[in-house]
Amino acid sequence: MGDLDGLVKEFLVESYENLDRLDKEFLQLEQQPGNREIISSIFRTIHTVKGTSGFFGFEKLQGVAHAGENLLVKLRDGALAINQDISSGLLRTVDAIRAILGEVERSGVEGGEAYPGLIAELEALATGTASAKAAPDATIAAEPIAAPAAAPVTAASAVSIEMLARPSSQSGELAAKPAEAAAGQSLADQSLRVDVSVLDRLMNLVGELVLTRNQILQHAGTSASQALVTTGKRLDHITSELQEEVMKTRMQPIEAVWGKLPRVVRDLAKQVGKQVRLEMEGKETELDKSIIEAIKDPLTHMVRNSVDHGVEKPEKRIDAGKPAEGCILLRAYHEGGKVTIEIRDDGAGIDPARIKAKAIEKGLVTVEAVAKMTEREVFGLIFAPGFSTAEQVTNISGRGVGMDVVRTNIEKIGGSVDIASMVGTGSTITIKIPLTLAIIPALVVTSGGERFAIPQINLLELVRIERDKASTLIEDVYGAPVYRLRGQLLPLVYLSKELGLPVSESAAINIVVLQADETHFGVVVDSVLDTGEIVVKPLDKQLKNLAVFAGATIMGDGTVALILDVFGLGTRASAMGKNRDARKGAVAAAVGEAKEPLLLFQSPDDGRMAIPLSQVVRLEEMDVSKIEGAGDIEVIQYRGEILPLVRVFQVLPERRRNPRNPEAGVQPDLLPVVVHSHGSRQVGLVVGRILDTVEESLKLQRAAGRAGIKGCIVINSKVTEILDVESVVRTVVPDFYKA
Amino acid sequence: MIDLATQTRQYCTFKLAQYLCGIDVLVVHEILRQQPMTRVPLAPAVVKGLINLRGQIITALDMRIRLAFPPREDGKPPINIVVTVGDGAEASTAALLVDEIGDVVDIDPATCEPPPDTIRGAVRDLIHSVCKMDKGVILILDTAKAVRIE
Repeated sequence: MGDLDGLVKEFLVESYENLDRLDKEFLQLEQQPGNREIISSIFRTIHTVKGTSGFFGFEKLQGVAHAGENLLVKLRDGALAINQDISSGLLRTVDAIRAILGEVERSGVEGGEAYPGLIAELEALATGTASAKAAPDATIAAEPIAAPAAAPVTAASAVSIEMLARPSSQSGELAAKPAEAAAGQSLADQSLRVDVSVLDRLMNLVGELVLTRNQILQHAGTSASQALVTTGKRLDHITSELQEEVMKTRMQPIEAVWGKLPRVVRDLAKQVGKQVRLEMEGKETELDKSIIEAIKDPLTHMVRNSVDHGVEKPEKRIDAGKPAEGCILLRAYHEGGKVTIEIRDDGAGIDPARIKAKAIEKGLVTVEAVAKMTEREVFGLIFAPGFSTAEQVTNISGRGVGMDVVRTNIEKIGGSVDIASMVGTGSTITIKIPLTLAIIPALVVTSGGERFAIPQINLLELVRIERDKASTLIEDVYGAPVYRLRGQLLPLVYLSKELGLPVSESAAINIVVLQADETHFGVVVDSVLDTGEIVVKPLDKQLKNLAVFAGATIMGDGTVALILDVFGLGTRASAMGKNRDARKGAVAAAVGEAKEPLLLFQSPDDGRMAIPLSQVVRLEEMDVSKIEGAGDIEVIQYRGEILPLVRVFQVLPERRRNPRNPEAGVQPDLLPVVVHSHGSRQVGLVVGRILDTVEESLKLQRAAGRAGIKGCIVINSKVTEILDVESVVRTVVPDFYKA
Repeated sequence: MIDLATQTRQYCTFKLAQYLCGIDVLVVHEILRQQPMTRVPLAPAVVKGLINLRGQIITALDMRIRLAFPPREDGKPPINIVVTVGDGAEASTAALLVDEIGDVVDIDPATCEPPPDTIRGAVRDLIHSVCKMDKGVILILDTAKAVRIE
């Protein structure tokens, strides 16, 4: 390739980029068949390829491009309407062009294949006399993910796709695969192959640089030298930026793998006569490059399986009362320090009985063993080597190799695969993979004199209780400490006790409320330090079996802190009872009341009041000195508008008992104001001290005792009055709710 | 003609309790003085903690506990011998905590013997061989086994 003319190289790079775009455009075109703009864009690309190849004397390339162009002209001029056959023909044209370009890239000449069949088919399509049968030479290209080296031409094209799949990304293709390495250097000037281990080292060195910088900055802070201070600042900026960039080199959105799947699904669906739509959620979920590499093949395999085995043929789907078009949903998200990828189809589902029968037939298990298996274990058989339920072996799947390889590959990177399925409604394959080098936001806490990082993704909220109130607020349920968090019992786990660390007496009890697998529990720690992004580093093999820790990270001062695995900690402390939530759900269902969030505040006569949060736009604190008068009402300037103020406690009639506390009448400098709106109008309600927000059902337990109050309910064992916001506002601004 | 030099191997020696031990010098990465260490709760006693070696997090293993010696008393800080065993994906790096670092010595395999059968317990597996020197014996340790903990 070294002797390739510079111009030819440029042509190749440009053509690859254009062809990649074409794949997407064809798929768009199928969805919006009449879109002339897309057709024109495709036409321009093919036309350029044809023109340039003519200039370089690549006659075969020119021939294929020319045939494609002729067909496109008809489409562009409206003489023909796009249909599946035409778009397949055009896609194969793209594949053929790619294959020839690959050959040019490797050997400098076009290679032997001239694609006469494809050209004939394209011509037939252009004249409208096409038969649906694909020409023989085109079938090579029709199988998009061919086995390596199945056909030299296809292999070459696959290589080129690989190399230029993400031309805009600087990180590009990082891990060199043998097949790609054989193809020589990439032509894309924008990307460069770098060994992942080099990036690892780079990453570690940057980490060291960050620490050294911190030390220098400390010295600079105590130094009188102005030059050192300014240089230190520059070093600071450069280091931060460098760190960010180096981290980015390793992270890629999962889209890098998913991007190729729409084409795979489309081609395969057409081949097996099915209609399948592919949906994606969480495309931007970032994964470490090495993980992206590792899941690429398993993921493709599983999606192909879903199309081939999962989704039924249209007529079968209609019979089953489902839309003819099947749907495969890909979801990716971070959970519990891991990345979860789901592949869900709405197909026929997997019949456990059929798996059992097949497994026995293939001699994978004995009849007795199967009888004792749980449903989950039965689904696990799918991953056994040599297992296949496909009635007929197709060239897509069913050879019985695959799912076991899928599982091996995923377990190799420390992940797990699970299948759940319901006959008739579809299957879900869940892959959980660790983050390894992923960067996550975390909360740093201390317990027993040690620092620990807790992934923010598990974090719900922080609760602080003064030590002297702890004995009343933390209750005991048969030996298990619980805290009432907005009326719900939250089981507590003392971190120091759980980890066997010395228990220290701190001034306050800090509860970190965590969530893992739909369960909530509180972890009591000594202090809460800070939040920040941390780099997750896996623990050494020797410590892998400590489920309580998800890994370790290096803190700003260079020391190591362990990252808690919330799921593991919950399991260890047995806080993850499945029954509890089920029971909670049952209790709530029995009560059958929808809960509503309420804003609680204190009234001056020492009572409690609440406003439904749905009626609250914002909470503000207003400076008393800014209050002005306008007519007979008080107003304040708020965000460039005049906000009328309603002093709730002056509007409400006084209660007979519990006379107003004169202390509460003393006006603080800052008034708590609840901003309430109707249409474009806003009003500020001046209330007492704001206490909390709670969720409670608004079933009034007692009717209103005075005007401006809707009624009373009991919240946290205290009688709370629900303010009738509308009537209170009307007393001051009578036409506030008028249209 | 056999080059005798190729038969001898170099060993990094260190003191542990009253014994002189040796490990193959090729697995040794570097020797460090006492490092700031993060305890790992719930881990086996042999795991003294985690240290940050230029951005790499390494498990520190107390060789006194590993070889069932009484704990260090004199308050002298231990020395870290950073070793890497295995290759590729199987490679594992750890820091071995020892009492004192010794010389690198050339040992002729001919002067070594398997450990006596009278050594009992799990420790026996860790001692690869015993080398007879003029001033005493060196316990040659199997580093790969010493690093692996279950």
